[in-house]
Amino acid sequence: MSTALRQFQDGFARALLATEPRADDLPPEIARLAAQPGFAVYRNTVMKGCIDALQANYPSVARLVGEEWFRAAAAIFVRTRLPRQPTLAVYGGGFADFLAAFEPAADLPYLPGVARVDRFWTEAHVAPDEAPADPAAVARLGPEQLARTVLRPHASARWAWFDAQPIATIWRRNRYPLEGGETEIDWRGEGVLVVRARGTVESVGLDVAGCAFLDACAAGRTLGEAAAAALAVDGEADLARLMAQLLEAGAFGPMDSPDRAPKGPTR
Amino acid sequence: MISAASAGLGLKPEYFEDALAAPADGLWFEVHAENYMVAGGPRLAWLEAIRARHPLSLHGVALSLAADAPPEAAHLARLAALVERFEPALVSEHLAWSTWRGEYRPDLLPFPRTSAALQRIAENVERTQDVLGRRIALENPSHYLAIEGHEWDEIGFLAALARRTGCALLLDLNNVYVSARNLGLSAEAYVDAFPGALVAEIHLAGHSVDPCLGPRLLVDSHDAPIDPAVWALYDRLIARIGPRPTLIERDGNLPAFDALMEERARAETVLGRPLRQAV
Repeated sequence: MSTALRQFQDGFARALLATEPRADDLPPEIARLAAQPGFAVYRNTVMKGCIDALQANYPSVARLVGEEWFRAAAAIFVRTRLPRQPTLAVYGGGFADFLAAFEPAADLPYLPGVARVDRFWTEAHVAPDEAPADPAAVARLGPEQLARTVLRPHASARWAWFDAQPIATIWRRNRYPLEGGETEIDWRGEGVLVVRARGTVESVGLDVAGCAFLDACAAGRTLGEAAAAALAVDGEADLARLMAQLLEAGAFGPMDSPDRAPKGPTR
Repeated sequence: MISAASAGLGLKPEYFEDALAAPADGLWFEVHAENYMVAGGPRLAWLEAIRARHPLSLHGVALSLAADAPPEAAHLARLAALVERFEPALVSEHLAWSTWRGEYRPDLLPFPRTSAALQRIAENVERTQDVLGRRIALENPSHYLAIEGHEWDEIGFLAALARRTGCALLLDLNNVYVSARNLGLSAEAYVDAFPGALVAEIHLAGHSVDPCLGPRLLVDSHDAPIDPAVWALYDRLIARIGPRPTLIERDGNLPAFDALMEERARAETVLGRPLRQAV
């Protein structure tokens, strides 16, 4: 049943996002409201709230394209994807995909990748708290036991390999511009791991083998299987160094007791 | 506990260090509940640290109680989890809508105050109080539009909601001033008619003039010091109803923490004054 209040809210909601509200598109009472000067306050507050949130959540993208360009693009995104959840600190999922399909961004092929890493940061920031796997406990495992162990990526860990572009470097230079980094960027593929294992969100560079390793861990594979997955993408991968790097970064959640760890197939 | 004669501050993340270092002499803080509806991380840790030293007020902005739909179960569950974790002294929301058909619009939107709307909102407030297991306070929003079809004035509507649901009211004096100016009503008459016994909390904030229309349209922007006209309404209200917990709200153009503490001290001076003698 459609009540008067429901009709009012449907019409008001539509008028809020309309770029040029035309009287014939809206119920007459809503059209009269939208014609009052005060209606712009609601329209501006809604748009500004969403665009401010996107700018706060995608600072590297905003720095790369400049504020004016960013806010114009964000306004288009907002009109089609209002927040589904009122916690604006997590608004903007899907912005990377939006940019990938956004015609004016076609000259900036690295933009969607940078947006993905900004999103990783947001997701890591608000992820559940948990202690990372203790490197000393992992070090105590014998080689066979280690190969059978399953380590789950930390609840805050997000990672990706970007095949064609140095996304991690571009992201880092724009997310943390005060760190400097004047040297020429080496234009090759890069991976990145973003994780909040010990209080603050940290990011580390990750090679293609490292990303494959974490992908396997996320799929519930044993460390032995993850090692095989890493070697499959890079036969030269230094697994000992990789494992040490991941443990130091806090890439894994708390380790189950080895006795309870699921048994993987023998290789 | 929050004493009736105490003033608190709206807490923005920018003030966390100052807030932690501030003396705990009855100082309390209010946060927007939605900013803490996350699974983990530094935000919640900050709020835990503040809460360990100060009473807290949880102020919701997105329950959308005036929507012609029940509050979203997931949102209500997140609010209940925060209430359980932080044990706030006060919980409040708005007489407005924002989430509609699954989409959130970050504003406090108006509606025609009809008897049908009253019925729906009373159900929504009851549902909220049932899930939270406690009373909430409802805030009067700012108005920018002359809306057709009101069957109730705002005070009568709020009082009826309080009667039906047992909820309390949060009187935002800046919203009263902004609305009265925008709609051509008397702020003093509104304040004088507001049912004092139902007021659980008062909000004070700054406003700005519309960049295009100037002083003909005031905007509830929370980005300026509290206006002298709003302080005057506050004096008038407290002289009539006595002290109530009072919040200094500031969301934009943030000044030094001390400037907010000065506004808080001024509010506490007003709260300490004797009631006006009835004539």
